Amino acid sequence: MLRYSLKRLMSLGLSLLAASAVIFLAIEVVPGDPASYMLGINAQPDTISALREELGLNVSALSRYVTWVTGMLTGDFGTSYTYRTPVVDMIGDRIMISLPLAIYALTLSTLIAFPAGILAASKRGSVTDVSIMGATQLGVAIPNFWFAMLLVVVFSINLRWFSAGGFPGWDEGLFVGLKALTLPAIALALPQASILARVMRSALIDTMNEDFIRTARAKGLTRRQAMWRHALRNAMIPVLTIIGLQFSFLMAGAIIIENVFFLPGLGRLVFQSISQRDLIVVESVVMLLVFAVVLVTFLVDIAYAAVDPRLRGRS
Amino acid sequence: MKYLNIKLAMASALAITAGMANAETKDITIGMQLEPPHLDPTGAAAGAIDSVVYANIFEGLTRFDATGAILPALAESWTISDDGLVYTFSLHSGVMFHDGTSMDSEDVKFSLDRARAEDSTNAQKALFEGIDTVEALDPTTVRVTLSAPNGAFLFNMAWGDAVIVASESIDDAKTHPVGTGPFTFTNWVQGDSITISKNADYWGTPARLDGATFKFISDPTAAYAAVMAEDVDAFPNFPAPENLPQFEADSRFNVLVGSTEGETILSTNNKMPPFDNVKVREALAHAIDRQAVIDGAMFGLGTPIGTHFAPHHPDYVDLTGQSNYDPELAKSLLAEAGYPDGFETTLKLPPPPYARRGGEIIAAQLREVGINVEISNLEWAQWLEQVFRGYDFGLTIVSHTEPMDIGIYARPEYYFQYDSAAFQQLMEDLNDATDPDARSVILKSAQRMIADDYVNGYLFQLANPTVANANIVGLWLNAPTQANDLTAVYWND
Repeated sequence: MLRYSLKRLMSLGLSLLAASAVIFLAIEVVPGDPASYMLGINAQPDTISALREELGLNVSALSRYVTWVTGMLTGDFGTSYTYRTPVVDMIGDRIMISLPLAIYALTLSTLIAFPAGILAASKRGSVTDVSIMGATQLGVAIPNFWFAMLLVVVFSINLRWFSAGGFPGWDEGLFVGLKALTLPAIALALPQASILARVMRSALIDTMNEDFIRTARAKGLTRRQAMWRHALRNAMIPVLTIIGLQFSFLMAGAIIIENVFFLPGLGRLVFQSISQRDLIVVESVVMLLVFAVVLVTFLVDIAYAAVDPRLRGRS
Repeated sequence: MKYLNIKLAMASALAITAGMANAETKDITIGMQLEPPHLDPTGAAAGAIDSVVYANIFEGLTRFDATGAILPALAESWTISDDGLVYTFSLHSGVMFHDGTSMDSEDVKFSLDRARAEDSTNAQKALFEGIDTVEALDPTTVRVTLSAPNGAFLFNMAWGDAVIVASESIDDAKTHPVGTGPFTFTNWVQGDSITISKNADYWGTPARLDGATFKFISDPTAAYAAVMAEDVDAFPNFPAPENLPQFEADSRFNVLVGSTEGETILSTNNKMPPFDNVKVREALAHAIDRQAVIDGAMFGLGTPIGTHFAPHHPDYVDLTGQSNYDPELAKSLLAEAGYPDGFETTLKLPPPPYARRGGEIIAAQLREVGINVEISNLEWAQWLEQVFRGYDFGLTIVSHTEPMDIGIYARPEYYFQYDSAAFQQLMEDLNDATDPDARSVILKSAQRMIADDYVNGYLFQLANPTVANANIVGLWLNAPTQANDLTAVYWND
């Protein structure tokens, strides 16, 4: 298990290094100058060059790359060109929304998907199964931004239970914060739950057809007992993979939902920074998201090994 | 009896909550589409900075009022020497910055010298170019000497880029602005909102609100939802014009449609063939149906313009008739210019809806007269690089939002590259003229000259639609500069 983990850890480090180079290069070739953007159309050339100097843009790309990477290793992500605040603080503020939102949505989605998937698999072919599958079909098909707007119309504009968006900050209390994240979390969770429920169901059905389940049944276990004791654990591998992917998606890909609910999350930060050519922020956030994806993949790999001892031996 | 009691109880409960609501509505939440990058108006061009700080946190020597007129601000009064070169300002005494330091002539000298310094990062450095010296004669007297007369000097000093800042606090102004205004900066939740509160020690007429929150909502649909759910009390420059009729029909809201300083034009590369031929530019002007663009792209909001000047300005000349929609005339002008079969060119569009939606309509109109345009959609940063600095475009659509910016036509290197000695002379005359009547005559002939030369396609003046709670009084109708001046805003109980 230790060797397996170490090997995974090394591949994690290499992935990050490669990613940093790719990100930096990709962003370097994007046309557009942050100083020109900030100073607008009436600025004079000497003003722009004074600002470029102030922002540290007048040095070579290689030395900026080295400064950036070495800075990140010590936790210093540099200073935003436009906001002039440390990137670390900006990301920190945004993570305090994106991470809880992702966890909230994933919790909701798991809470819905597991029972639904298990129920559908155990009553395969029944009316319950068909209606659950029908509902998930719909859940996958509905775009989440549309669903989000529907939630706003019903719960914010008509019922006035929730505000239409925004985030008051965690200083206002846990309940207030969670309340502000509820509609976005539901909007994000619905399609995720539908996908997860379908995966759960088919993984469970596949496992139930395996030889070892037949053996367990032959030993005298009921179908139900065999499922809970043996099949469920084995069906977890594909489910975990999906959960891992979904978590990464929720961290980075909630941008549309963040826009609908005007939440100051990571996705919107990236979006804003790209249009402002605040390249250092884009680089750092993208790097962080890569790190999150790689880390989640790593954790999922470790979790595979925990649920499936065969994987440990194979490494 | 029981029923009556319940009704009475309910009525009194309602009365209590209503009373509480009145007592609490001393704050206001203003919706804004763009978040400012930082809060130092002297260090970036972003209009969103002024939308928060102008007149609320920072003040200059002079200021704009809601109609665009110039009023005294930190300068109580001034005298101008007969040759128009020396401005002597008397400052209000006893003015304090929010950090408790006093505002005096040294701060004015510091602010103006900083803005025009070699390493200045002021986005409107040109406003200060004519200043030769700034002297602090005594704590409340400042003498500014210009190197040449400049009739627009007091106007220039009213810009958000010319506010008075203190040497003690300017280094932190980007995240913690310290000015002299009726509101002080309280808090900034980045990505979400900025809060300001009433300055109890304000030198002038105190604000009537206790505070204000600027909430950033970029998505038009989200903006609609936020106003509908009454999460925001007012949304100036409302981004979803298609929803305005809905707000108009709702008694909770007030819809104000004012004007801005944004001349929206089909900018034409005057140096690039075939646009270097005035006949071609004239043909272009007649090929465009402005009203169709306004209706199609702006849901009917916007005033047609025939020159580069704001229609609400007293000196505006309506020249729309000179470039009326006449596709047949456009075709014959093209034939005269040697392009009977039209030509192909590029139309590069920045992100705002007026450009993207307007661009599609204009492309279709130009196609009718044989001009085939290839549309490309650019981000602002790309637009600045390719169009604005690179001159790599045939046509583009952009709204010039700076107030009184007809002077850009006197800059031959400016991106549309209009180079006319006669116009440049006119602008020099304008700078020399301090007499209002003389200035008015010059401004009118300047408008005619660029219309006669068909420098650009003049489309419409950008509107400023505001949706606000019906009980709010005192918001600006027009936007003579980008600002949400809250000094006179209050709730009507």
